[in-house]
Amino acid sequence: MIPAKFDYVKPASVADAVRALREGGDDAKIIAGGQSLLPVLRLRLAAPSLVIDLGGIAELRGIRDDGDRIAIGAMTSYYDILRDDLVKQHVALLGQATETVADNQVRHRGTLGGALAHADPAGDLGAPALALDAEMVIAGESGTRTVPAAEFFVDYFTTAIGEGEILTEIRFPKYTGWGSHYEKFNRTAQAWSMCAVAVAVRVDGGSIAEARVGLTNMGTTPIRATGVEQALVGQQATAEAIRAAADRATEGTAAPSDADAAADYREHLARVLTGRAVLAAAG
Amino acid sequence: MTTTAEPTTTPSPEVGKARVRKEDARLITGRTRYTDAITPQGTLHIHVVRSPLAHAKVLGVDKSEAAASPGVIGVYTAADLGVESVGLPCAWPITPDMKAPQRPLLASSTVHFAGEGVAVVVARSAAEARDAADLVDVDYEELEPVLDMEAALAEGATLVHPDLGTNENATWVLDSGEAGTGGRIGDAIAAAEADPDSVVVKRRFRQQRLIPAFMEPRSCVVDPSGEQLTIYAATQVPHILRTMTTVTMGLNESKVRVIAPDVGGGFGGKIGVLPEEMLCVALANKLRRPVKWTETRSESMLAAHHGRDQIQDITITAKRDGTVTGLDVHLLADMGAYLGLVGPGVPILGAFMYNAIYKIPALKFSCTNVFTTKTLTDAYRGAGRPEATFAIERIMDELAVELGRDPMDLRKQNWIPHEEFPFTTVAGLTYDSGNYEQATAQAVEMFDYDGLRREQEERRRNNDPVQLGIGISTFTEMCGIAPSRLLGSLSYGAGGWEAASVRMLATGKVEVTTGASPHGQGHETAFSQIVADQLGVPFEDVEILHGDTQVSPKGLDTYGSRSLVVGGIAVVKAVDKVIAKARKIAAHLLEASEDDLEFADGTFTVRGTDKGKAIQEIAFAAFVAHDYPEDMEPSLDADAVYDPENFSYPHGTHLAAVEIDTETGRVHLRKYVCVDDVGTVINPLIVEGQVHGGLAQGIAQALFEEANYDEQGTLVNGTLVDYTLPSAADLPNFDTAVVSTPATSNPLGVKGVGEAGTIASTPAIVNGVLDALRHLGVRDIEMPTTSQRVWRAIQEAQGRSTQQTPVDTHSPGAGLGSIDPNNPQEEEVQ
Ligand SMILES: Cc1cc2nc3c(=O)[nH]c(=O)nc-3n(C[C@H](O)[C@H](O)[C@H](O)COP(=O)(O)OP(=O)(O)OC[C@H]3O[C@@H](n4cnc5c(N)ncnc54)[C@H](O)[C@@H]3O)c2cc1C
Repeated sequence: MIPAKFDYVKPASVADAVRALREGGDDAKIIAGGQSLLPVLRLRLAAPSLVIDLGGIAELRGIRDDGDRIAIGAMTSYYDILRDDLVKQHVALLGQATETVADNQVRHRGTLGGALAHADPAGDLGAPALALDAEMVIAGESGTRTVPAAEFFVDYFTTAIGEGEILTEIRFPKYTGWGSHYEKFNRTAQAWSMCAVAVAVRVDGGSIAEARVGLTNMGTTPIRATGVEQALVGQQATAEAIRAAADRATEGTAAPSDADAAADYREHLARVLTGRAVLAAAG
Repeated sequence: MTTTAEPTTTPSPEVGKARVRKEDARLITGRTRYTDAITPQGTLHIHVVRSPLAHAKVLGVDKSEAAASPGVIGVYTAADLGVESVGLPCAWPITPDMKAPQRPLLASSTVHFAGEGVAVVVARSAAEARDAADLVDVDYEELEPVLDMEAALAEGATLVHPDLGTNENATWVLDSGEAGTGGRIGDAIAAAEADPDSVVVKRRFRQQRLIPAFMEPRSCVVDPSGEQLTIYAATQVPHILRTMTTVTMGLNESKVRVIAPDVGGGFGGKIGVLPEEMLCVALANKLRRPVKWTETRSESMLAAHHGRDQIQDITITAKRDGTVTGLDVHLLADMGAYLGLVGPGVPILGAFMYNAIYKIPALKFSCTNVFTTKTLTDAYRGAGRPEATFAIERIMDELAVELGRDPMDLRKQNWIPHEEFPFTTVAGLTYDSGNYEQATAQAVEMFDYDGLRREQEERRRNNDPVQLGIGISTFTEMCGIAPSRLLGSLSYGAGGWEAASVRMLATGKVEVTTGASPHGQGHETAFSQIVADQLGVPFEDVEILHGDTQVSPKGLDTYGSRSLVVGGIAVVKAVDKVIAKARKIAAHLLEASEDDLEFADGTFTVRGTDKGKAIQEIAFAAFVAHDYPEDMEPSLDADAVYDPENFSYPHGTHLAAVEIDTETGRVHLRKYVCVDDVGTVINPLIVEGQVHGGLAQGIAQALFEEANYDEQGTLVNGTLVDYTLPSAADLPNFDTAVVSTPATSNPLGVKGVGEAGTIASTPAIVNGVLDALRHLGVRDIEMPTTSQRVWRAIQEAQGRSTQQTPVDTHSPGAGLGSIDPNNPQEEEVQ
């Protein structure tokens, strides 16, 4: 498992990183935690000639309260997210999903920015980001721009991050007081999701006032289950009503088929898991 | 120097102590000598160029670009190295007319499985060799792959090796009627069919293909710079490797030294003699430089031998009262493209175990080995016996269902009661000891069998979405391989003895060498405990040396749960000789008759006096040799070779409580209880560790693992991401216990334990899964019983046929794993 030869730089600022990226051109690749990139390099599925390590940029790491948003630096590790009180209080769903990722070693190195930029449809962080209407702050030569999650995920392993750009921050609206749950289904305890459902609901007097539902691995990108959301709003949080709403989970999905789960089984899982996730979130 | 023996308090015996393993610190931290950590000055590195195709003609190999790549010393095909006629050894010709293809070091004209080597790059660094390997341009003409065993045997099938004229390697038969060890199965089946008070139950089971997945990848370093060619190898079998290397490469055995330093796991996967090892030998001799090969994980998954892969057609006959009257076993076993060192014999190791713990009057076993264009198969933890145990334990459950009996009661009715040991079975083996009643009674109690049956009833009644199943597996295995004469009668290419030496150092410390070279089992600790007790010396004073043919020149290595029951007994025999010699010197020094000496706790005392000599004093006396009997050499050292008279037959009862989420098909293993009888326990901690690891591997076969090939013959889950090895997080806390009916075939009373957990656990899980779902109409689910398979089985049993959408094995998406490493160019990873 030896990667092809590459050069390595570790810039100290976003501006330097952007410059290195521009100079490296097509052949440059960013490394964050390396938990997806390194296997890709070692299997020689990619052979960049330059690897730019964001690990030296202090400003990309950390979680802060930014008024009506929680802002998370792209280089913040899973481990730091899991320990963070702001996350627990305002974006609990993110923590719940993060907890299901791989094992401790991977969670110490893997970063939220890396996960979202990698955009593996089986990855666990896309669905919560999408469901929670996160915004991605992307830095390039001409400054920064902000892209809503709904426009960020484009295709398999493809995002709105353009050539020469770097994801610097992920901003979550606050969901203080919401109930949430991430229901993940996988082959082994430390594997990627065959299917997973991210849910946040605001329950008011026993009925669901607002709902956010995102699906993992039900298409080429994370998918927002808007049909379920609509069906939930205004309903009593009963098992029956929730199950009926969950039946709409496969609307707009394009479930992949692989050895673990063919599309029909995935679709079935999506409905069952959505019901369970909403029940748990509303409970 | 006559001393008076001090009245010491008797030291507590070492045997039976749950000592933490002395090798743990270095093995667990990895701060030890694994083969890849050894790099003699000037070492060159190789990378093997492997075929991405399962079956293809090699039209040409263009090496020019690779040869010009930085750091490259050379790029070679078999012809370039002059090794075209070299064939790797198969040491087990199971029948006189067995068909054996030449297994080359590198394919010359045809590749026979995806992963087979075609050329080898030698470079100054491993990275340069790897880079250059990509530049070797091999021109292939694709041939039709041979993937399905039944199709491979059909008339007109594409042949893997056309020169053999068939895809059948051999058919091996054990027939109790012919052998005179029991009745004729044909008679038993005919009688059962004619008798309204009898039943005939037939089932087909599939043993999926598994990957041993040891932790340390295979590796070797061949250093030609001394008088002996030194081969460092991550192998289970340094002694066999030495002999086989000389035979294969035409070398003088005394010119070859093999060292297996610490070896990080094997599970049977490291008993081979590898093409890469022999390539390193050829290259080291040619280039006169040390040559190293270390495989990548991907290569290991693809090209290291696989395990299992059988189709089992099982017929059992019984009276309606439950008495089993006959068992007919017909197997197809996938050898893959070539024969491994003992590959053809692996299913045969199971032949004697289909009757298991039961009294079955008639048995016929027949196995046809088949060639396909897949990675070869060979020993994998249990080797033949897990397959046998699975088949018999599954069919006992099927019979219980057919007869409407409690599956445990049916087993009790048919097993060998403890009063009848020693018992000669229908397969011709003599089980020396055992007590199935005792192990089962304890397991049933620990498990709360009756309570769980009640809960199961309740869940069924309430139509609970989570159903409960109880899986039973009672097992025995023949292990401790093996009596040499018996192996000879099976045409095995070697004996089954083991060697040991004991050296008493001048200072009273003890060096013991064993030919059973461990690869993670803890021999050093267990053997030290035995020697400490036998010689009456402190545990810390005993050093166990192994794995270097200069240090332990004689041995047959570690596999088949043989280390303790054969290798450990050899140590005992050598210690006995040391004590006999020491007794002479003690008698001489104490001026007493040997008959008047007592040896206990490391000291010879003259009976009825307080005069004595400690073993350490005698060792020193032998060393200085100033005063010793005239009729002996001044040495206490001794060698022993022990050839067992019988196999060892551990047994046990394993019970699994399995919860199934019927909405998703998820199988959750809630509780696992096993009570194993492994005879005398030397170190309970090691025994428990072996049982735990074994259980994890056996459960993995039932629930998680399978090597999948696509219709082109490409291994599609060749990474650890999608091979789905379970971790501790996938398994419950095991409730294990041990009962001990000492073996009567060896002086320690020990039985093997290394394979027990693997052998017993697979059927326990699958029986549990089916037990949970039978009332829903589910009759069988193939292994691994994944959630998808379970869900589909439930749907189909309920009359809701599910339309399985075609699986695109090459689609990216599900994590890294579904990116096909063999077709990287197809994928665009951002
Ligand atoms: C054993 C194992 C198990 C795993 N299991 C799971 C699992 O269960 N669930 C799951 O979701 N994931 C899993 N993962 C993947 C893990 O979550 C990765 O860490 C994550 O996908 C990538 O984060 P990273 O920081 O390591 O990114 P890297 O691997 O460093 O980079 C990933 C990609 O994103 C790009 N990139 C990284 N940061 C930026 C940035 N700031 N701007 C622009 N581009 C960027 C890189 O160029 C690269 O293409 C697993 C990984 C391993 C090794």
